[in-house]
Amino acid sequence: MMRLPRFRYLAPRKLSEAAAALADLGTQASVLAGGTDLLPNMKRRQQTPATLVGLREIRALRARSGDPGSGMTLGALTRLSEIEHDSAIAANWPALAQAAASVATPPLRNMGTLGGNLCLDTRCSYYDQGPEWRAAIGYCMKKDGEICWVAPGSPRCWAVTSTDTAPVLCALGAEVTLVSAQGERRIPVEDLFADDGIEHLTKKPGEILSAVHLQKPTPDARSTYVKLRRRGSFDFPVLGIAASARLRADGTVEEARIFLSGTGSRPTNAAEAVAFLAGRKLTDEDVLREAAESIAHVARPLQNTDFSMSWRKQAAREFAARALRNLLP
Amino acid sequence: MAGSDPRPFNVLGKPLRRVDALGKVTGDTRFADDFAMPGMLYLKLSRSTVPHARIAAIDVSRALAVDGVRAVLTGKDFPVPFGILPVSQDEHALCLDKVRFVGDPVAAVVATEELIAEEAAALIGVTYEPLTTIASPEEALRVPEPRIHDYGDGGNVHKAVAFDFGDVPAALASAHLVVEDWFFYQGNTHLALEQHAALAYLGTDERLTIVSSTQTPHYVHRAAAKVLGVPASRIRVIAPPQGGGFGGKTDPFNHEIVAAKAAMITGRPVKIALTREEVFYCHRGRHPVLMHMRTGVDRAGHIVGHSIETLLDGGAYGSYGVASTFYTGALETVTYRIDRYRFRGCRTFTNKPPCGPKRGHGTPQPRFGLEVHIDKICEKLGLDPAQWRIDNALAEGSLTANWLKVRTIGLVPCVEAVVAASGWKERFRKLGRGRGLGIAASSYLCGAGLPIYWNEMPHSGVQLLLDRSGSVTAFCGAAEVGQGSDNVLAALVAEVLGIDILDVKVVTGDTALGPVDLGSYSSRVTLMMGNAAVEAAQRARDRLADAAGLGIPLERIAFGGSRVFDASDPEKGISFAEAVQRAEAKGGTVGTIGSYRPPKAPGHYKGAGVGPSPSYSYSAAVIEVAVEESTGIVRVEKVWIAHDIGRAINPVLVRGQVEGSVYMALGEALMEEQAFRRLPPRLSGALVHQTPSMLEYKSLATLDMPAVETILIENPEPNGPFGAKEVGQGPLLPVPPALANAVYDAVRVRVDEVPITPEKVLAALRSSSARFGPSKFPAVSWPEALIVPPPWEGGDGNAINEPKRRERPERRRAEVAKP
Ligand SMILES: Cc1cc2nc3c(=O)[nH]c(=O)nc-3n(C[C@H](O)[C@H](O)[C@H](O)COP(=O)(O)OP(=O)(O)OC[C@H]3O[C@@H](n4cnc5c(N)ncnc54)[C@H](O)[C@@H]3O)c2cc1C
Ligand code: SF4
Repeated sequence: MMRLPRFRYLAPRKLSEAAAALADLGTQASVLAGGTDLLPNMKRRQQTPATLVGLREIRALRARSGDPGSGMTLGALTRLSEIEHDSAIAANWPALAQAAASVATPPLRNMGTLGGNLCLDTRCSYYDQGPEWRAAIGYCMKKDGEICWVAPGSPRCWAVTSTDTAPVLCALGAEVTLVSAQGERRIPVEDLFADDGIEHLTKKPGEILSAVHLQKPTPDARSTYVKLRRRGSFDFPVLGIAASARLRADGTVEEARIFLSGTGSRPTNAAEAVAFLAGRKLTDEDVLREAAESIAHVARPLQNTDFSMSWRKQAAREFAARALRNLLP
Repeated sequence: MAGSDPRPFNVLGKPLRRVDALGKVTGDTRFADDFAMPGMLYLKLSRSTVPHARIAAIDVSRALAVDGVRAVLTGKDFPVPFGILPVSQDEHALCLDKVRFVGDPVAAVVATEELIAEEAAALIGVTYEPLTTIASPEEALRVPEPRIHDYGDGGNVHKAVAFDFGDVPAALASAHLVVEDWFFYQGNTHLALEQHAALAYLGTDERLTIVSSTQTPHYVHRAAAKVLGVPASRIRVIAPPQGGGFGGKTDPFNHEIVAAKAAMITGRPVKIALTREEVFYCHRGRHPVLMHMRTGVDRAGHIVGHSIETLLDGGAYGSYGVASTFYTGALETVTYRIDRYRFRGCRTFTNKPPCGPKRGHGTPQPRFGLEVHIDKICEKLGLDPAQWRIDNALAEGSLTANWLKVRTIGLVPCVEAVVAASGWKERFRKLGRGRGLGIAASSYLCGAGLPIYWNEMPHSGVQLLLDRSGSVTAFCGAAEVGQGSDNVLAALVAEVLGIDILDVKVVTGDTALGPVDLGSYSSRVTLMMGNAAVEAAQRARDRLADAAGLGIPLERIAFGGSRVFDASDPEKGISFAEAVQRAEAKGGTVGTIGSYRPPKAPGHYKGAGVGPSPSYSYSAAVIEVAVEESTGIVRVEKVWIAHDIGRAINPVLVRGQVEGSVYMALGEALMEEQAFRRLPPRLSGALVHQTPSMLEYKSLATLDMPAVETILIENPEPNGPFGAKEVGQGPLLPVPPALANAVYDAVRVRVDEVPITPEKVLAALRSSSARFGPSKFPAVSWPEALIVPPPWEGGDGNAINEPKRRERPERRRAEVAKP
């Protein structure tokens, strides 16, 4: 069977202890939440931290505060299955419930956390393989090598952001709190991500994501998440489209935010489509089609996920239209 | 009760809980990986990272120096080759001088912990001299040198066969309509949930014991004796219950043999549990097959001539490949009347994990082609494809153009059942754009007529021990791989002896504790083990009847309700236990045996050994799909499937096998691909399995299953135990072509390839030919065809141009000519 490499395990009870341990150990340590991403990666020797700082004993990271009326704060250890089955979330931020429900499988959602989902490693079919397999093709620059097999001339890694909740939280304008030994800061979720397959988070190694803050929804707010994948049962997103909008009764778009998963190293902002939609009527099929076209345009696929590139381009159009249609009452 | 049913059964036909169910649901069942022993060492294989190379040097010094390492083995420790078929003994437990694919095992480390073994294995240094890599059959045909193996039919062709059962070109020339097609069926793997594991030890009984997740303990026994040089009488192979096999555990494997050798060297028990990635390297899965078909029909649609050429991508070793090659042609003839038949088959070696038998072994590919081909023929002739299958079904007791004797045939009732259940007549071609129905039918063997190695012995044996408590123990070498064979054994013995199924204890899958059964492959166990069990049980029944002392004629003695009694006066009788006691008192310990060997086949040409079976099962399926035209995404709405089971020993288990087959078939039909990645050659010499993981090798999950309506057709088969036929493999076959035909009904495009992915459907929708699929077949230098006239053209089962023609006594001629 696949064995985990050797590592030391710390189980701090306080966030400050965890932050201190990380400050101490630097890049030699990783935090462990549900472990559904990190542990398989360790088995594949993609990550081999000498120390794991387990978060599960830190009760503060499970806390939840606020309510839909004022906005809600979810602790980083909130499990995806809790989000999926939460009626307040489903009613006020439906896209988040939809995205959480579409992650992995029921047992993995019982283990996987919201914080872990946001920090999920980027994925690539040349990389998410065992060490012998990677040795057989030659290691790539994301771990142990120099080259990128997706774009052999490229100086950077193109591994793909594959989290389902990140584009949703970007679209909802949510924020996260990051805690380190130096203190804490609060940033928009959008700013958590960088356009690089290796350094895909702006979060520093010593920082722990402690909470996610959801803005209070306006009465006319709508949101949706549409996911393209091979199987209906489980699969990482090949394309995830998160859209939120405020619509007037006649279908006119007051404001919209659209972010994509699976199309780049960080959630892609479909800014052009958003600008185009502002003030236009989503009920107009031509408007909807053109906006979908614009979304598909930024959903540039790479050859390192499932499905052929040309098909994904076609499907992107269709799925974008579907997402926009979902915004209509 | 007796009044309504002329043949009331005690056990058969009842939806009883299977005898091994409690163990499975409580976790009590011990699979191979659950076996552990004190002082056990762990084995890890170091596998090739290059696809094709000569091994120049292996440096094991760094691995040996690791603390906790007890032994390091290399190819030099295994000079003797092995392989499942006597004609392809081409594997070494560890590569001797050459590696042939990424994943081929080169060295092995035995250590006190698995992690130490793994870390040490990574320190083994192998110097390779790369050789040209062959990635596809087309390449194998084009590049005869370097040869992957130095045997076979020349260059990188492993096996090429050619047969003419009548003059097909002449038949096509005079046919009303000739249709030509090319099809491709992608390779896929078994994906059994249980990964292979083995534990080997030298016991105090001075035997070498190998516990392994194998479907064929008998063949592992033979291979281990051969390679290890240990007398077979001192080797014991135990096959515990398995978490699925599907053909993936029917070869003797390198890891089993290395574990055994490591146990011999270290004197300690040695365990190996493969990772999922390694299971992808063991493979032996479905061969990718390119097909070329030409068929001529008369005005009514009757097939006057059918030709098929197949090209198989065999991967790096022989495995069952010679048989697989024959199977791509053998069963084309057992469903519909075909006057003349031409078959060419070619298997090539490539630098990829070896292909072998997967559920349906070599036949789902040509069956896919044939059933889609027929759909097209019917469309051209304006015939209903369901009615065509009924009109052209082979008659019971037929002898086919290629000399297969087919006895009971449930094809027509199967087709009629799915037609009725699906509302075919009202709905086919009438569902409107985007919705469609498709139909296909098929047939499969109930065990191969010949054993894998030539011998005159039984294919299966069952031994019974009757205890004076009334308990019966049934011993048989058959392997329970999850299919329910233990239940079949217990049920048949219980039925014959009239006792409760739980009063039969089965002891199976152990070469030291039961008579040989050749293994759980070829859908042979229910029929062959079943017949042996019935024979043994009948002999026991005779002994008990003889000793019962009821003072009535033997034919009036009945067995039932755990009693032995007078059929005309049921009150008069004794308990089963007492009957055993009386038999023991009269004639000593009560033990009986039964065995089974299939009937001789009528064909006698070289190659006639693949295809004959004591019986053939039949299946038919109708599938309804919804196809999204904007994306090509296919959603399966419902599957109606009928299977000719002969007699259902346990209908719940039979349905389970049917549904499991549908499930596996839908995975193949919609998404599974044993695909490979070749990187730009100037940057990397790699040729690797694209997705050797359970996440990225796409197969359906439970939640992806559509509704399935299963209909069982019971038409008892004289050659089967109580009339039973196989169900483990056959129901897979009609599903992929029925799906393809349904997609056509929905959006009028043909995807002549499996899997039918959204990419291909969309490409077909956008193409002027309204089709996606291959359109040529490469040139193969076929051997001179064996000319075997069909029975109705004066043939006698021999080839007229075979160099050494066998004797054809008049008696045989007369026997064969019988209807
Ligand atoms: C078979 C399978 C299918 C999957 N399918 C999907 C899918 O469809 N969509 C999807 O989005 N994901 C999928 N996943 C990935 C994973 O299960 C989820 O993303 C999950 O939410 C990860 O959360 P976790 O708590 O298990 O993270 P962990 O594995 O514990 O951590 C993941 C990463 O985040 C870091 N991290 C975790 N928590 C924090 C924190 N509070 N602060 C700082 N860093 C942190 C860890 O150090 C690690 O690098 C799948 C996984 C598997 C095995
Ligand atoms: S994108 Fe390139 S560098 Fe990044 S993981 Fe994939 S192959 Fe490696």
